[in-house]
Formats: sequence, structure tokens, C-alpha cells
Amino acid sequence: MSKKRGKQTYVIDTDVFIKNTATIAGPLEGKGNFAEYYDEVLENDSWGCKSYEKTEIKMRKNVIDNLIRKEGITEYDLDCIMGGDLLNQIVPTAFSAREFEVPYLGMYEACSTFGECLAVGAMLVDGGFMTNLLCSTSSHNGTAERQYRLPLELGSQPSPVCQWTVTGTGAVLLTNTGDKQPKIKSVTIGKIVDLGIIDPSNMGAAMAPAATDTIVTHLRDMDRKPEYYDMIVTGDLGKYGRDLLHFLAKEEGYELANVLNDCGSMIYTDKQRATQGGSGAGCSSLVFSSYFYKEMLKGNFRKILLVPTGALLSKISSLQGESIPGVAHAIDIEL
Amino acid sequence: MMNKEEYKKHVSKTCPKTKEWRTMLLAFIVGGTICMIGEGFRDLYTEVIPKFNSTQVTSLVTITMIFFGSLFTGLGLYDKLGRYAGAGSVIPITGFANSVVSPAVEFNREGLFYGVMSNMFVVAGPIIVSGVVWSVLVGLIYFIVGVAV
Repeated sequence: MSKKRGKQTYVIDTDVFIKNTATIAGPLEGKGNFAEYYDEVLENDSWGCKSYEKTEIKMRKNVIDNLIRKEGITEYDLDCIMGGDLLNQIVPTAFSAREFEVPYLGMYEACSTFGECLAVGAMLVDGGFMTNLLCSTSSHNGTAERQYRLPLELGSQPSPVCQWTVTGTGAVLLTNTGDKQPKIKSVTIGKIVDLGIIDPSNMGAAMAPAATDTIVTHLRDMDRKPEYYDMIVTGDLGKYGRDLLHFLAKEEGYELANVLNDCGSMIYTDKQRATQGGSGAGCSSLVFSSYFYKEMLKGNFRKILLVPTGALLSKISSLQGESIPGVAHAIDIEL
Repeated sequence: MMNKEEYKKHVSKTCPKTKEWRTMLLAFIVGGTICMIGEGFRDLYTEVIPKFNSTQVTSLVTITMIFFGSLFTGLGLYDKLGRYAGAGSVIPITGFANSVVSPAVEFNREGLFYGVMSNMFVVAGPIIVSGVVWSVLVGLIYFIVGVAV
């Protein structure tokens, strides 16, 4: 029987466990709403490295080491390390993977990379190709801001719709054997949706249509109501983007108010002045691997639809006046 | 899904806006304070170095303000001020110093030549180019008017 349901959804009908997770958070995140859920918090942005790029590489290497150690396995037990980040040529991901003698798959889809990794990873494990697959994504405020925006020390005023790139990384281990850990039950691969937003600081507005499309498609493909899930949680739409998603879903006939939330909107406290909230490839992986995973293990959430969202722009595409394509993948995670 | 035009209309209607009065007031206060400090240095230099004429004092004040703009950028304080002050800390000469020093600090790791030197003017470059172009145009107008009269 085909694993495909509807237009874009694939049912994972064998067991694919999210066996374990590891996280490293930046100093600002360490003072945020999920401080007690992180495995490790950096005392400062550079973490003893000569550049923030090196810091991001070290974070990724350590998070993989930590996950291997927590799980009591060695790197040779891993079939593959899969991951991505925000930088050109996904340098932090590749450079951290060179520390391990493990096959490597680099992924890039901006802030939705974590969704892409979980979707592809779950299918690889479900297909019987791999049994131990490590997925991790990361971002660092210091490396992303300089690539996408302006120098860190430049005294410019942030736009009221802008978001703060999260410094952090989360890694998960996908396996076909487990116990009471959450399982990936289905995945919906999202389309690229672009409704013509050109303001690169307004990424929430650029990504909300893609998130809506993916969530609505998932619910239709699986013939479910939003209430089936304890929470539908997007990656980094920010507060305004989340409101837009709510509005757009309503237009499609889905009322998400009771179940909808967003990792980016949840990660910082109101006092931290992150404007619309967090963003970045590390945002959804950090929040899922810490808060949601640990709460799922406790049984406080039983069914989550994780929808990492990505804005696929570059500095050059913005300068050339191109609009911002958005993408989102939905991962149905259940106990 | 709604079409592009409808969506853009909805976004421009509902998008969070800058609190203009608050930002203008802060810009006025901070910008004004920076200029007052500059005036303070002018009075100080006029008093302490009486042999300097007013043009020389102006240059000295500018250099002093550039020094402090650069220093506070290096100490990581100017960007924090800029978050609140906006144009109030961008427009004075200290803001110009900030726009040169901040990329210089940032590209330090990529080396002196291809890092610091080639990136120092990524922010200030357009301002310098347009400043030069406009002064040439104004100079040309003066020249033509001067010849005609």
C-alpha cells in the first residue's frame, strides 16, 4: 500500500522514534522562557573562539558529541549526520561534520531546514535504509546577522517587524527502535509559496502563506481537524507572522486559535526586546529538542504538529528587488 | 489561498508600525545631547587653546566626536544607543564614525587587507560617494553661475 496520502503527505507506518535530543543555547536564549530545558548554555557569544563562525562550528560539534554520549553509543553507530544552518555553503554544518567519521548529508532550507531534515530522515528510517540517523540544525546571531543584514555594532534601529536570530542548536537521533519516546507518524512536504512580500525584515509575513498552505494541506490529506493536535507549532513566524497564519487559515476554513503557537514567539521573554521573537535555523530545533521533547516525554503533550518555516531569501535577491519565497514542512510527532 | 494583491493589502494594513512620536522624541533628545556635548567641546577648546581660530576649533571638535563615536562602537555601546535613538545617533558625526568602525571591527577576523580595509566602507561608502557627487554638482552650478555673472 502506498505511503502517500492526499497530495503531499507521507505516512510513516513503521516505528521512527525520536530517540533522544541534545541542545546548546546562546546566552540570551539561556535567559529566555525555556532556560531550564536546555542541556547547555553558552556563557558568552564567542565561547572562547576567535570568530562567531568558529563558535557555531564548536556548538554543532559539541551538540553531536553530547547526543552520542547521552545515548551511550559511538559515532560509528551512526548511519548518517544530516543537518544545515543559515550560512553560505552551510559551512558550520560541513565543518562540524568533518570531525566525525560518519557519512554526511548537508541540507539547506533556511529556517525550515530542521523540518526538511526530520521529513527526509523519517522517510529514510521508515524505508529501512538507515537505523541511526542524527539530524541537527543551528544558527548563531553573530554569523547570520552579518551575512543577511548589517554589522553587529552598527547603531541602527530595528524594524518593528524584525526578529532576532537565535543562537543555538538542537540535535535529534532518529531510530527504528525505542521505548516510550515520541514517534514521527507522518510528514507533509511543503510547496514554495510567495505572495509578493519584499521587505526582508518582515519574514513572518513572507513565510505565513507557506505555513498556512502546508498546515491546511496536511489537515486535508490526513482528514484531520486542528484539534487532533495538542499543539500546532510553527518554526519562526514571530508574533505578527503567527497572527497572519491564523488569519489565512481562517480564510481556508480552519480555526487554529486554540492549538497554534510558534517557537520564535515562545523562546524569549517580553522583556528581552526581541521585537517579533526569535528566528533562524536553530530556533525550531532548539525549542523542539528542549521544551517540546521533554514535555512530550513527561506526557504533557501527546500529539504535536511541528512546522518549521523558512524564508528563502539572500542579501543579493533582496537588493535585486525579488520577493521572498517561503516554505514549510509539517512533521506529525506523536507519543 | 488569497491572491498577492489582497495579501499585500492585508499586510500593509495590519503590519506593526514604528511608534513615530516615541522614536522622534528619543532621536531629538539623544541627537540634541550629542550636539550639546560637541558644543561643550567647542567652548572648552576655545577657552583652553585661545590661539586656535574658529575653523581650527571646529576641526578639533569633529575629531573629538569621531574619536568618541569610534570608542563607544569598539566598547559595544553605540549599537545599544542606536536601538533607542535611531536617527538621533545616526545623523551626528559620531554615527558616521560608528558606520565605519563597526564593519572594521566585524571584519577583523578576515584579515587586515581583505577584511578590515576592504570592508570598512561598506556602510559609509554610499554616503561618501553621494557626498562627493553632490559637492561636484553644486560646485559646477557655482562655477556656471559665477561665469555668467
